[in-house]
Amino acid sequence: MISKNITQTKQPVTPYVPETLWLDPEAKPFIQIKGLSKKFDDFTAVDDISLDIYKGELFTILGGSGCGKSTLLRMLAGFEMPNAGQIIIDDVDMAGIPAYDRPINMMFQSYAVFPHMTVAQNVAYGLKKERVAKPEITRRVSEMLELVQLSNLAKRKPQQLSGGQRQRVALARALIKRPKVLLLDEPLAALDKKLREQTQFELMNLQYELGITFVVVTHDQEEAMTLSTRLAVMDQGRFVQTGTPTQVYESPKNRFVADFFGTINLFDATVISCQPNEDSASYNIKAKLDKTGTMVKAVAESLLSPASAITIGVRPEKIKISHERPEGDNLTIAKGVVEDLAYYGNRSIYRVRSESGRVIQVSAQNYQRSEQLSLEWDDQAYLSWDASCNVVLTE
Amino acid sequence: MNRSSRFIFSALCFGFAFLYLPILMLILLSFNDSSIATVWGGFSLRWYSALLNNEQIINAALLSLKIAAVSATFATILGTMAGLALTQMGRYRGRLIFTGLIAAPLVMPEVITGLSLLLLFVSLQELIGWPLSRGASTITIAHITFSMAYVAVIVQSRLASMDQSMEEAAMDLGGRPMQVAFDITLPLIAPSMLSGWLLAFTLSLDDLVIASFTSGAGASTLPMVIFSKIKLGVTPDINALATLIIGTVSIGIIIASWIMFRQSKRNEVG
Repeated sequence: MISKNITQTKQPVTPYVPETLWLDPEAKPFIQIKGLSKKFDDFTAVDDISLDIYKGELFTILGGSGCGKSTLLRMLAGFEMPNAGQIIIDDVDMAGIPAYDRPINMMFQSYAVFPHMTVAQNVAYGLKKERVAKPEITRRVSEMLELVQLSNLAKRKPQQLSGGQRQRVALARALIKRPKVLLLDEPLAALDKKLREQTQFELMNLQYELGITFVVVTHDQEEAMTLSTRLAVMDQGRFVQTGTPTQVYESPKNRFVADFFGTINLFDATVISCQPNEDSASYNIKAKLDKTGTMVKAVAESLLSPASAITIGVRPEKIKISHERPEGDNLTIAKGVVEDLAYYGNRSIYRVRSESGRVIQVSAQNYQRSEQLSLEWDDQAYLSWDASCNVVLTE
Repeated sequence: MNRSSRFIFSALCFGFAFLYLPILMLILLSFNDSSIATVWGGFSLRWYSALLNNEQIINAALLSLKIAAVSATFATILGTMAGLALTQMGRYRGRLIFTGLIAAPLVMPEVITGLSLLLLFVSLQELIGWPLSRGASTITIAHITFSMAYVAVIVQSRLASMDQSMEEAAMDLGGRPMQVAFDITLPLIAPSMLSGWLLAFTLSLDDLVIASFTSGAGASTLPMVIFSKIKLGVTPDINALATLIIGTVSIGIIIASWIMFRQSKRNEVG
């Protein structure tokens, strides 16, 4: 809905930056974070973080509570001063530049809409502080309110608005100064599910149209997955993995990322053999699952010595569940009993206890229209997945 | 009505009667025509007109109002500054001690506050020759010191419940610290400052003990005059005066609680 409005009211923005700028070794990062650290007394909130973010990106920092993501965002905004390291935005070192002089605006988790001002006054605040001429303020405010579809509520006070409307006020207020970077602290956390999905798409469209670099902080992995061009998974003040959502989801770097970012079945295994692949720098390995002795094939990124312990991970949606034993090469097959079943309409989640006694989670699309589930509690079922779905985790 | 709710209802009635019967009695007797304060002799407004012709009482009332207004204003300024320092300046060393110290005057017996201030004024006079004599100015200073604590506590609790990111958002949008204080912080705590002012005003208007300690010859506040008159026996014009004071104080309290109510309603969403 928002994007339609933009195309009507705005001239085409600067040519859109290719979405994969980070792959280009020549490209110049727009935000450079170098060796950034922040300590509170004895507690290290952010521990030597370095990161490049490119112009027009929607970069998400994902982590649980207390992982340091908010501190990192607050350092970007200028509310916290780092103990070490550097933040460079568009070639300007941010050290010593106070929050009110940075070309950055932030949308707060609580939205922090000023309760004693109307919607229009809230949105105009940033321009007033910039000493923009009155007629221009009026024009830009009404333009911005149009953009976030609040024109008819301009004279309302925040306490007369719904949560979603207040979120739009906060967004409009942060965008009106045309910042180089927009920081969003848990932008969707306070909204209910339906509104969240809608707002999510609106945010993405807005970001795409305006070409402003967004840095989002969230604890919600689904939000991170759908919003971002790239994301970083953060734990204990450090980045565990940085990459596109598909990279991080399909090739998690270690057990923590695999488990935190989505759901995954993890199997302890021992390497039997490891051979380099001819055409790429990867290695074909054969491994034995410790519990069942099942042989599996997988692809590893590094050379692993035989007998070394690894973990094989399989995402629930990669596993097929069936009554009959499936046929095919390269398949890993397990037999079990449906112990638990959750029906979501579009898909079902099965928890199957395999013969070895462990529970494997399977997510299956409900292809057929039927009021009778093909598999019920206590049914015998075969689980199978292709060897290419095996993720090799060494940490 | 079942038994237990009848019990609760009568308990409520008894409680309110206990609180308000004496006051109602006083208001009723202020319209008494009899010149013996405690015997009913028909309705009359004669004590109100007698009050208006009593220059001593009028002067004392004006002095009390003046002291209350000035001390409440200064107490609000100082108390707000103290509240801001205790909440806005982050976690500095000794903050907890300061928080405790600011609340101490609330529980300090008035006699002790009054005595200590008297000692201070006397020794100051010997040391630097000021104040030359005790009177309205020393009462005002004394009232500022104890009512400031009330304002500080009220403002501090408002600031503590306020979303800190409000000020950060203003700063993020380009507001310099001083601008943020005037654009955001002050408007948001203004209702608490106003209710703090009203509280300080009524406290000063009510005070007898501290004023008696810090006053000198010639400066008598209204409570002091009433108290000295009572020693000679209760005259009905005192009842009339008390009724007027009750009216003033109630209006003040009603306004203060209305402000607080509106503010808490706004906080729910803000």
